[in-house]
Amino acid sequence: MKQFLIISSLALFAAVSAQAETLRMAVTTSFHNSGLAKVLLPEIQKDLALDVQLLVVGTGQALKLGRAGDVDAILVHSRAAEEAFVAEGYGTHRREIMYNDFVLIGPADDPAGIKDATQVTDALSAIAMAEASFVSRGDDSGTHKKELSLWQNAGLDADGFGRWYRAVGAGMGAALNTASGLDAYIMSDRASWLNFGNKGGLALLFSGDPVLFNQYAFLPVDPARHPHVKAELVTKLEDWLTSPRAAELINGYTIDGETLFVFNAK
Amino acid sequence: MRHAFWLVVTFDAELAEIALRSLRVTLTALVIACIIALPLSALLAVRRFRWRRSVIAILNALMGLPPVVVGLIVYIFLSRSGPLGALGLLFTPTAMIVAQVIIIVPLIASIAHQSLRDLWAEYHDLLISLNVSQFQKMRTLLWDARRALLTAALAGFGRGIGEVGAIMIVGGNIDNATRVLTTAIALETGKGEFALALALGFILIALALGVNLLIHWVGQTERDSRW
Repeated sequence: MKQFLIISSLALFAAVSAQAETLRMAVTTSFHNSGLAKVLLPEIQKDLALDVQLLVVGTGQALKLGRAGDVDAILVHSRAAEEAFVAEGYGTHRREIMYNDFVLIGPADDPAGIKDATQVTDALSAIAMAEASFVSRGDDSGTHKKELSLWQNAGLDADGFGRWYRAVGAGMGAALNTASGLDAYIMSDRASWLNFGNKGGLALLFSGDPVLFNQYAFLPVDPARHPHVKAELVTKLEDWLTSPRAAELINGYTIDGETLFVFNAK
Repeated sequence: MRHAFWLVVTFDAELAEIALRSLRVTLTALVIACIIALPLSALLAVRRFRWRRSVIAILNALMGLPPVVVGLIVYIFLSRSGPLGALGLLFTPTAMIVAQVIIIVPLIASIAHQSLRDLWAEYHDLLISLNVSQFQKMRTLLWDARRALLTAALAGFGRGIGEVGAIMIVGGNIDNATRVLTTAIALETGKGEFALALALGFILIALALGVNLLIHWVGQTERDSRW
């Protein structure tokens, strides 16, 4: 019996290493939480025999992973930071793939009264005026940067906010959990919100302002700087992501009948 | 709660794979950590050298090593832009094993040293009078204290299997590559999928229990007239 146990535990350790080619890509939590990855990755595996390993992090960290050369490509949504990444010579170029949009979530009874706002800046001003609890990602992610820029557009400085403004320093899901627990307002991307399983007393209160559109872009890490990156596979992946086949899958992805992403690669 | 229960009962292939990966990473780390920690603790018990007290104090202090910090340090070393970047180990199970070894070695060594020191007090005169070599002394101590050492190893296993901070950082929680039970629980909680997170938690607890029982059974502890 002991021999059997030893042999079976050895078999357990013998890792199966015969795998397809692999590629590491850093993506944002909002992309991953949307569930689109679960649709795209198996198709990529089928069409290209390419196993794309996703590192799910905030945009800030994704760009750092690319700078350090720990991933082969990045799929994020924070234009200014992406352009800086390319300008500093860490990425070869920036290719727009698709967009989705951000929405404002809050307690269903809407104490700050943002439901009827026409612009997102009005909605945010109303929240600040009412000092209603607001949960911020606070993790230097694309969503966080977007939120900060919106406060700025509204003529407000997030640094000066009182205790009602809570920066949790966490991913989209964890921040939504916090908001749900506190019955607080929060800005989320639509996909993460629709897929979120613990909505509690929260509801979607505001969306549709064009400022809230959220462009995703694909950035290959520059092989001139990091010779070990799999540039050839990255090119194959980029070609696939911008192909009509990807367009069909991305545009066709819905949750509860709602389209989440709009393919706009050129 | 009922949903979580069904998820466990219908134990699907992906869950099984994640659970097996957890076991593989932590058991490998445990074996390596024991190979380092047990001889070290015996040496500390048997040999008197200048920095002995300091080494023991440091080991004891390192028992409380925050996993996140270990993860961060291992990450910095293994990153492509770090000193060991050329190995390309970041975001692999190997990196997770390295981090866990660092976390559990001080724990195993400290607990093992406690029991070896007590045993050494008993054996000291006998072994000295027999005039055996240092190596033989260590071997005798390790063998005769094997049951206590098992407890030390199980404590190490417990810390490793339930650890999330370090392996999240160095493993990256990649689906089908470095996702283990604890990081999967963190992920599912983040998605608000509490039922699935809870189901994974049940499996984690069951695994920890199972391994403990199995090792006790193989080691034949708590039986007959043996101590």
